[in-house]
Amino acid sequence: MTTERMTGAQALVRALENVGVDTVFGIPGGAILPAYDPLYDSVKVRHILVRHEQGAGHAAQGYAMVTGRVGVCMATSGPGATNLVTPISDAYMDSVPMVAITGQVASSLIGTDGFQEADIAGITMPITKHNFLVTDPEDIGRTIAEAFHIASTGRPGPVLVDIAKDALQATFDFEWPVTMHLPGYRPVTRPHSKQVREAARLITAAKRPVLYVGGGVLKAGASAELKVLAELTGVPVVTTLMAKGAFPDSHRLHMGMPGMHGTVGAVGALQRADLLVTLGARFDDRVTGQLDSFAPGAKVVHADIDPAEISKNRHADVPIVGDAREVIADLVVAVQAEHDAGRTGDYADWWRQLDAWRDTYPLGYDEPDDGSLSPQYVIERIGRIAGPDAYYVAGVGQHQMWAAQFIKYERPGAFLNSGGAGTMGYSVPAAMGAKVGAPESVVWSIDGDGCFQMTNQELATCAIEGIPIKIAVINNGNLGMVRQWQTLFYDGRYSNTKLHSSRIPDFVKLAEAYGCVGLRCEKPEDVDAVIAKAMEINDAPVVIDFVVHQDAMVWPMVAAGTGNDDIKIARDMAPEWENGD
Amino acid sequence: MTQHTLSVLVENTPGILARVASLFSRRGFNIESLAVGTTEHPDISRMTIVVNVEGLPLEQVTKQLNKLINVLKIVELDPGSSVQRELVLVKVRADAETRSQVLETVQLFRAKVVDVASDAVTIEVTGTRDKLDAFLRVMEPFGIKEQVRSGMVAVGRGARSITDRSLRAIDRSA
Repeated sequence: MTTERMTGAQALVRALENVGVDTVFGIPGGAILPAYDPLYDSVKVRHILVRHEQGAGHAAQGYAMVTGRVGVCMATSGPGATNLVTPISDAYMDSVPMVAITGQVASSLIGTDGFQEADIAGITMPITKHNFLVTDPEDIGRTIAEAFHIASTGRPGPVLVDIAKDALQATFDFEWPVTMHLPGYRPVTRPHSKQVREAARLITAAKRPVLYVGGGVLKAGASAELKVLAELTGVPVVTTLMAKGAFPDSHRLHMGMPGMHGTVGAVGALQRADLLVTLGARFDDRVTGQLDSFAPGAKVVHADIDPAEISKNRHADVPIVGDAREVIADLVVAVQAEHDAGRTGDYADWWRQLDAWRDTYPLGYDEPDDGSLSPQYVIERIGRIAGPDAYYVAGVGQHQMWAAQFIKYERPGAFLNSGGAGTMGYSVPAAMGAKVGAPESVVWSIDGDGCFQMTNQELATCAIEGIPIKIAVINNGNLGMVRQWQTLFYDGRYSNTKLHSSRIPDFVKLAEAYGCVGLRCEKPEDVDAVIAKAMEINDAPVVIDFVVHQDAMVWPMVAAGTGNDDIKIARDMAPEWENGD
Repeated sequence: MTQHTLSVLVENTPGILARVASLFSRRGFNIESLAVGTTEHPDISRMTIVVNVEGLPLEQVTKQLNKLINVLKIVELDPGSSVQRELVLVKVRADAETRSQVLETVQLFRAKVVDVASDAVTIEVTGTRDKLDAFLRVMEPFGIKEQVRSGMVAVGRGARSITDRSLRAIDRSA
């Protein structure tokens, strides 16, 4: 162990270096100011000065999603810290490993309503995996080590470290390495072999099984294992919004995305299944629809690293607690043993049904009659031209669903979005963080005109810090998804959803004002050329204003509060379930 | 109504009570009674939580509690194999006319008078929830001026200790 005399602030920067941090997104301010002084000298940590703390948080998320490492954001006390609340909540819902470091007023002022004081540890208690308030410099090194350990192990999540200003300023003897003290934290990663064998037995005995794959498979880096399991068993796969890319979209066993805007094939597969093999998914209401009519005939195998997810929403017949990669690897061995014993599943009838749904109800969209641009076409072309090696980062709303439906994801991690929290404004800063994490890759932000106006100040960060992302603003001049609900459920009464973004702001001028290249596209015949042009520009961020028609809707749709069997493929059009029998 | 008594061993860190309480309210679990105190180990506190679970399995409560980093161990104490006690302090109207009756009831319940004034007595009673409820019902007609009730504390019967292993864990990592 080495001991060195230094300030708490120096200790913080040293500890961040020691745990391997190379990038911090943040904004300085009074209480965190001491930390920014040694940060100025660090040659290992690059600090990226953002324009709003929310941008720092989402950037840390984007960075974490593409690198698989812990993303780091930093802010000052009070409003700086509260501006991080939304991305922290987002990271909590989507299990993104992130450490947020905030300055706090001096410990003598805590509790006095001091200037820029906010109880950020109290505020973030329900939206962090854990948080710390540090008032003693001696605790800084150990706390940072613990924060990174907690954020990145077990079910990943955000951890907040709030450090009082006097702890940053005090001088003490810094020791490294440190011993972590987490007696109550013991995540289980090794699955129980008896449960795995039982799951394998159910898979081969089932007539209509489905692999219901969630974001946990991506977090565990288990895509290769999943492919082996799927191909070994021949069981159909559905990947949730959070799992897009965990299994290649082009694979013949892939039935697509289930849920509110899922494919008829994926939704039908879950509804008619006699066995759900649930891997790192959590029976979210956007997947299950009305819970009591969800997959009524299915037994459930539920594997998750978080024991609290198992039987939370749907009873698990075979619960398996463990890391998705280890679970799937063990399942492969167990299923192989079943096969060796002469027990193989026969899913031929099941596949006849699945193929019929897939052939009869493929994803699609109507082109507008008036020659205007359809948003789905734009998104589909971006995916085709940028290809499977690019990253796609969506905002929240219609464009997010179309990005999930019409871009083909062939590799894990290619699609980033705000799934659980549904945070409008996620896309631009998250794309920025993704590009920092994967500088050699093409990163596309697929954003809406509503979302874009929530966080587009980070264009300045991108332009100045040399982060050349490409942003497609799918501009329909409205809060599109809300408008869709108003069309369907509020008699077309468009209360406060019209943004007039075709007039104000001028996104091309706005892009140029921010030092980015601004392009506009209004006609289908220009789409490929403008995308190609954006692909050629690698020395500046590019914003393309795609002016699209406002009446496009996301289909299929399971209306909120209804069951999956009530899925509609277009307005008032239900699929005929037994058609293919 | 289904009630369960949980003994929760936690690290004695600032904010742990807030963490547990906030978890209960956020997840929609109902706390019927809560008592927190130190244990034989200065770094460990023990919470006894009586929780009302209706429409959700107790398992959800314990699993969510277990996710709190500062929670070391959770044990459900079955009323049949544990000793469960609450304490009540009650100020009862007792003038010259009723005092002897009040004191007689105190005797019957093996309660204790802890303070006497000219027209009232303060009584301390310890026991199970049912016993305290019964005592208070009997006192009611005399006139209850003030009443304060502790949360329940409970410990398993027999020689086994639930803290032993947690203590070893905390010592190892210290």
